[in-house]
Amino acid sequence: MQVLYLLIETIVKCGVVFACLMLSVAYLTWLERKVLGHIQIRFGPNRCGPFGLLQPFSDGIKAFFKEDLVPGRADKPVFVLAPMISIIAAISMFAVIPFGDRFTLPWTDYVVKLRIADIDIGLLYVFGVASLGEFGIVLGGWSSGNKYGLTGSLRAAAQMISYEVALGLSIVGVIILSQSLRLTEIVALQAGGFWNWNILYQPAAFVFFIICALAEINRTPFDMPESESELACGFNIEYSSMKFALFFMAEYAHMITVAAVAVTLFLGGWQAPLPQLDFIPGVFWFGAKLFVIIFFFIWQRGTFPRLRYDQIMKFGWKVLFELTLVNIFITALIVLLKG
Amino acid sequence: MIIPLLKGLAFTLGRFFSRPITIQYPEVKAPPAERWRGIQYFEKDEQGKTKCVACGLCMAVCPSQCIYIETAEDEEGRRYPLVYELDATRCIFCGFCEEACPVNAILMGKTYEWVERARAPFLMNTEKLLEEKKYNP
Repeated sequence: MQVLYLLIETIVKCGVVFACLMLSVAYLTWLERKVLGHIQIRFGPNRCGPFGLLQPFSDGIKAFFKEDLVPGRADKPVFVLAPMISIIAAISMFAVIPFGDRFTLPWTDYVVKLRIADIDIGLLYVFGVASLGEFGIVLGGWSSGNKYGLTGSLRAAAQMISYEVALGLSIVGVIILSQSLRLTEIVALQAGGFWNWNILYQPAAFVFFIICALAEINRTPFDMPESESELACGFNIEYSSMKFALFFMAEYAHMITVAAVAVTLFLGGWQAPLPQLDFIPGVFWFGAKLFVIIFFFIWQRGTFPRLRYDQIMKFGWKVLFELTLVNIFITALIVLLKG
Repeated sequence: MIIPLLKGLAFTLGRFFSRPITIQYPEVKAPPAERWRGIQYFEKDEQGKTKCVACGLCMAVCPSQCIYIETAEDEEGRRYPLVYELDATRCIFCGFCEEACPVNAILMGKTYEWVERARAPFLMNTEKLLEEKKYNP
C-alpha cells in the first residue's frame, strides 16, 4: 500500500512539475520579449490578448502548423533525435531540484516532500544531464548537412568542453562548505535567514557559476552556436516546425533549470530570506529567487554584445579556469584552518 | 573591465523602467511630415467647384502619366475639365502636378493610407478629388 501511495505521489508530482515547467517556458519566452522590448524602449508583444499574454500560445500554434522539413542531405535519424535529446535533458534536470520543503495532505497524515527525486548525488546528476543537453545541439547541427549548422555545433562542442570545466570547479567551493552532493542537504544547511546563504560565503563562485551557466545554456554574450550575424542561426538553421520549437523550449527549460540550480546552491533554495518570513510557503520563495536570476539572464542579454569566438575560448581557459581554481584553494584553506 | 559592464547594466535597467516611445500605429498615428506628399486633392473655388482650368500642364508633366484630362468650355467661355482622371495606383507622388498647376487647383494631400480590394476605386475623378479636400484641412 505504501508503495502504491508513493507511486501515485511521484506521478502526480511529475505531472505538476512538468506542467509548471512547460508553462514557465511558454511565459519565459513572453517575459524575455517583453523585457527586451522595454529595455529597447518599446513595448514588446502586446497585441495578442491583454499585455500580449496569449502570445506564447499563438507562437505554439504557428510552430505546430508550419511545414516539417527534413533536408535531403540530413542524417535523418540523428536529425530527428537531436531536438528530443535537448528537451529531455533540459526537463529531466529538474527532477532533483528541491522546490519546497514538505506539507501534510489535509485530513490525512501523509507527508508530501516537494521534490521529485532526492538522490544523494543530485549535483552530479545535474551536471551529467546538463552536458547531455549539449549533445542535442551538437548532433542537431552536425546531422543537418549544412555548413552553418556544422560550424554552430563545432562551436557548441568547444564551448561546452571549455566552460563545463569552470562550471564544475565553481561549485566545488559549495560542496566543500556543505560536504554533500545531495541538493536537499545543501538547501537545509542554508536555513535560517539570508546570512546563511552560500552566496555570502562563496560570492566569487556565484559569479563564476552565473558566467559559466550563461555559456552552458548558450545565451548572449556566449551564444556562439547560434550567432545570428555570422552563422544565420547556427545549429538550428535547418530545423522547422515543432522540431525548432523543441529546441527553443529546450533552451528556455535549460535556462530555468540552470537558474534553479543557482538558487539551490547559492541563494538558499526555498528558504525564506528572514526567519520571520517562514510562514510563506517555500515554493513562493523558490519562485521569487528563480525570477530574480532569470530576470538577470534576460537583462544582461539586452545589455552585452556577443563575444568573439577566440575571446570566449581565451576567457574560459585563461581567466575563468584559473579563478575558479584559486577560489577552491582559498575555500579549502579557510575550511582547513578553521578545522 | 568590470565597471563598464555594470554601467551598461545600470543603463539598460534605467531604460527598462522608462516609458516606451513606441507610437502604436493603428490606434495612434504619427502626423506626416510638413512637406509630405500624399493623395492629391482639388482646391475649391467660391462656388465649391474645382479651380482647375484644364490647361493640361499636369497631364504633360506627370512622369507616370496617371492624369487624363478632357477639356470643355462653359457658357462664359471658361475652360473646365469635362473629365479629370487621376489613377492613384500609378501615381508616384512626385508632386510635379502641384508644382505645374498655374491656378493652384491640384495640391498634394496628407493621406498616406488607402486600401481597396479592387482597382476601380483608385481611379479618382473630379468629385473624388474635391471630396479628398476634407481630409486635408
